[in-house]
Amino acid sequence: MKGIYLSKNGRVVVDAKDIYYRDLNRLLQKIFVERHPKVIELRNVTGQRYIGTRIRGEVEIDIFGTPGSDLGAFMDGPTIKVFGNAQDGCGNTMNSGRIIVYGHAGDILGMSMRGGKIFVKTDIGYRGAIHMKEYKEKIPVIVVGGTSQDFLGEYMAGGVVILLGLNNKSHRATFIGTGMHGGRIFIRGRVEDYQLGKEVGLEEPNEEDRKVLEENITEFCTYFGYEPSEILKGPFIKLYPKYLRPYGRLYAY
Amino acid sequence: MKDLERISNPFNDDKVIASCSIFGAMSLEGRKFSGKDIIRAIANMRDRGNGQGGGFAVYGIYPEYEDLYALQIMFQSRAAKDDTESFLKEYFSIAHSEEIPHREPKNISNPPLVWRYFVEPKRMEQRDLSDDDYVVEKVMIINTRIEDAFVFSSGKDMGVFKGVGYPEDIGYYFCLDEYEGYLWTAHGRFPTNTQGWWGGAHPFSILDWTVVHNGEISSYGINKRFLEMYGYYCTMHTDTEVVAYAIDLLMRKHRLPIEIVAKIFAAPLWEEIERMPEKERRLYTTLREVYGSLLLNGPFTIIIAHRGEMIGLGDRVRLRPLTAGVKDDMLYLSSEEAAIRLICPDLEKAWIPKGGEPIVGRLGASEVIHKKYEIGIA
Amino acid sequence: MKSFLLPEFLVERDENRCIQCKVCITQCGFETHYFDEELGRVMHKEERCVGCQRCAVFCPTNALIIRPHPWNLRPHANWTKERYYDLTKQAETGGVILVGSGTDKPHRIYWDHIVLNASQVTNPSIDPLREPMELRTYLGSKPDALEIKDGELETELPPQVKLETPILFSALSFGAISYQAQESLARAAKEVGILFNTGEGGLPQSLKEYGKYAIVQCASGRFGVDLDYLENSAMIEIKIGQGAKPGIGGHLPGEKVSEIVSRTRMIPKGTDAISPAPQHDIYSIEDLSTLIYALKEATNYKKPVAVKIAAVHNSAAIATGIVRAGADVVVLDGLRGGTGAAPKIIRDNVGIPIELAIAAVDTRLREEGIRNRASVIAAGGIRCSADVIKAIALGADAVYIGTAALVAMGCTLCQKCYTGICNWGICTQDPKLAKRLNPDITTERLVNLVKAWSNEIKEMLGGMGINSVESLRGNRLQLRGIGLADWELKVLGIKGAGE
Repeated sequence: MKGIYLSKNGRVVVDAKDIYYRDLNRLLQKIFVERHPKVIELRNVTGQRYIGTRIRGEVEIDIFGTPGSDLGAFMDGPTIKVFGNAQDGCGNTMNSGRIIVYGHAGDILGMSMRGGKIFVKTDIGYRGAIHMKEYKEKIPVIVVGGTSQDFLGEYMAGGVVILLGLNNKSHRATFIGTGMHGGRIFIRGRVEDYQLGKEVGLEEPNEEDRKVLEENITEFCTYFGYEPSEILKGPFIKLYPKYLRPYGRLYAY
Repeated sequence: MKDLERISNPFNDDKVIASCSIFGAMSLEGRKFSGKDIIRAIANMRDRGNGQGGGFAVYGIYPEYEDLYALQIMFQSRAAKDDTESFLKEYFSIAHSEEIPHREPKNISNPPLVWRYFVEPKRMEQRDLSDDDYVVEKVMIINTRIEDAFVFSSGKDMGVFKGVGYPEDIGYYFCLDEYEGYLWTAHGRFPTNTQGWWGGAHPFSILDWTVVHNGEISSYGINKRFLEMYGYYCTMHTDTEVVAYAIDLLMRKHRLPIEIVAKIFAAPLWEEIERMPEKERRLYTTLREVYGSLLLNGPFTIIIAHRGEMIGLGDRVRLRPLTAGVKDDMLYLSSEEAAIRLICPDLEKAWIPKGGEPIVGRLGASEVIHKKYEIGIA
Repeated sequence: MKSFLLPEFLVERDENRCIQCKVCITQCGFETHYFDEELGRVMHKEERCVGCQRCAVFCPTNALIIRPHPWNLRPHANWTKERYYDLTKQAETGGVILVGSGTDKPHRIYWDHIVLNASQVTNPSIDPLREPMELRTYLGSKPDALEIKDGELETELPPQVKLETPILFSALSFGAISYQAQESLARAAKEVGILFNTGEGGLPQSLKEYGKYAIVQCASGRFGVDLDYLENSAMIEIKIGQGAKPGIGGHLPGEKVSEIVSRTRMIPKGTDAISPAPQHDIYSIEDLSTLIYALKEATNYKKPVAVKIAAVHNSAAIATGIVRAGADVVVLDGLRGGTGAAPKIIRDNVGIPIELAIAAVDTRLREEGIRNRASVIAAGGIRCSADVIKAIALGADAVYIGTAALVAMGCTLCQKCYTGICNWGICTQDPKLAKRLNPDITTERLVNLVKAWSNEIKEMLGGMGINSVESLRGNRLQLRGIGLADWELKVLGIKGAGE
């Protein structure tokens, strides 16, 4: 098969150069089913879409290069590590698993995410975590080391978003949490009132929130080598939906 | 008068809807490089197009005729060529003309004849028209009156190469790997309601201004009618044409800087304007009051180029993607980062510009770019 | 604030017939009727009545007549009663006026201006009772040509779905409709060999066995969308728009987000389920292509992917884009299409009639030589089998029925679907109301409807001398227009009657 070899430590390595996304994803599925590898390493990835979409189960996919749109869309299980930047649509409607991006990610990160976790070392584009969901224990989490562009958490119906503002990044995003009706957004650093959507309230994180922060920031630090206790000093603010029904009063019945 | 509208928009839709991939690369030091990598980069975003259009604009390719207008014209018949040439001879002195070299077509069908003419206006009668306006006028005449002829580009020391097909096949056909320029833009097209027509591919161009565009502009109806008041006719019903003419109007005729033009196309929200200091508030309020009809509403990302400058701009709520990257003297703009990384794996910086904020690359301004933007988002 | 509005309906109780049995009280979820202990008899509060006729139908002595309140303003052609009513309501509430079901405005119904042909002398009509009459339809993308080598089929066909009759149940989401209603649709679809559509609310775990008969929707709210849902389906439908409310999203009111709806949709109980206007990963035609192929990747290219749009001005152009973007089926939902909740102003003013949209889209796809690459489903105000057959002759492969199916289940078009109260047990999550709908009986009612329509379609086909529905598809010569202007005939691609 084109471009595959086993390296010494038992990882399956695939050179993705010049392989079309459909063939690459088919190949990944085949490797996953036939060889049950712990890690599949993809080298020279240049924009191939939907990596990880069809694979159901536990496997780590290490991506070197720049994966294409909809990385891990609908994904159910795998852990994806991107040693570079991710493009738009990363984690679209993802169901479970992990995506770890050692760089930045584009627009609509984690759109309609249902479960699993996404960690991004630096920044994210517009409309991150849009319409994220949750049900009982199934709570998706996004942790972003830097900051975000506008409309973060728009229409959010559940889940946890943590924006760390590391390296003194200031938060310039506007319309944060606009239309939010579920979930929580934690921001380390300062935001002005005008940056927030009309539907969010602002408060200090409580005990339970602190636990969520600690758990996820600690995991974030294991990937990117920061010191959790430093980051956890904060200060953090918490954004929450003011109304269960943000648009309930818009209508005449 | 020939009906360009019928060729470009055979079904008489309100407008021609297309979406796309766009790419731009510029050496801010004016260093020239081949089109080979540009073709690879745009080909890497093949899935964003559908093979119904591809094209390139390149600057700095005709140094030997630097001061002459390079008219690149396509002909769908021999007669069109004869008619056009007699027209050109009447109004221009032609220093040199030739068929644009090409290879055997690969995956493209029925390529038209494409010629280039290096010309100087013959100003015998002329009123107080500038040379540029003179050329614009003649280009409009060829486009609207001479059957089967269409001007791809009409600027100096630059050219547009485009056609129906995937961009890599168009690039191959026109041997663009053999050209060297300091600024390239490229486009892969996904039109929804037009049949393949070579003139309808991007980039759109007037003089040395070129535009490649991704998105659909919902305000097209009024943008077009506003431009009509100033004598621009959007004969091809594409929103990209609107952008090209609007830029010509605002930048060349109204002499507004690109930073201001960007704020007309992608105006700040009133809410943002309210928060500005008095002086800025007045400026932005006035801009919206006067040029409100040129607000480009709806999703778009454009790469505008002219001699010595490349500008990337997205709509004010960034509904279409754009990634920028720099390495040494090179500035890259692309729909997808992967396309940049493909040809420049060791980028120094890659970032995602904020909607409505132009990325401006100017000759000699390499340092500015490096200083201004941070990795991540800007 | 004192309301200046009179009740919309009058409740007339014939005291001679009324036996004070209180059935009307238990039947009305809006609490219109009540028992007055002092007077010792059943009374009513007319301002609560929505005119759904549930009480009248269930009154054992036919003592009740519910009719529109006759309150009469001075007649005014411009300031009609409706304008006055809506305006006053808004002055009193400051709200956007909500409604349910399809528009009740008299937009031209082209079906009623189109007549069908029948064979006389030169070719024989066919008697469907004795002779073969085929309605089977396959939806999916067809290649330009087949390759057959030595009698062996070399071409691999893209995925197709089979319908025994060219009718499907339209998207009605769990959450908007009750569990019982969705179950009935699923069971009926299975029984008659057609498909039902989950709408955007997901498919509850307990109805998983009907996945084979389900078109599963992937809409802007992405409710209930995971790999299981996508794989357990007959077809996937990307919902871009809806005929009743083109260009806007939807808010399933919190009253309807019960525990099971909350689990299926993965949102907190009691919140509004918000479907944004656009799909936020689609701002452009190439983004649509990205989602189409994401869904195909997710299901290993085994499911047809449909894209549903509201019929609007540029439908023809948009439809070609959808086909070129890789969709296997294009769904057009016309101006008169139904909804569980929409702003009235949108419902009544945005979009174009489905008849014109079908014709325009079919014509354009043919002109571009890509009609075979996708099937076309028409939706939005299909009321009877004649509408179905006319839609198919104009160029549709099949039709969706939504309102017609609801009426078969008991809906009386009171237009109050958004309140969470539905006395007929269809459009509610209130367990007391929902259990009124017995899936065994409702399934039968739906099956009866589809069978009756199919038989009528066969009769009409036979009359035309056609014994298989594929010979009718796009066969516009079977249609003539009556009372239509030239431009309308031109768009429809049909001649005037007598021409």
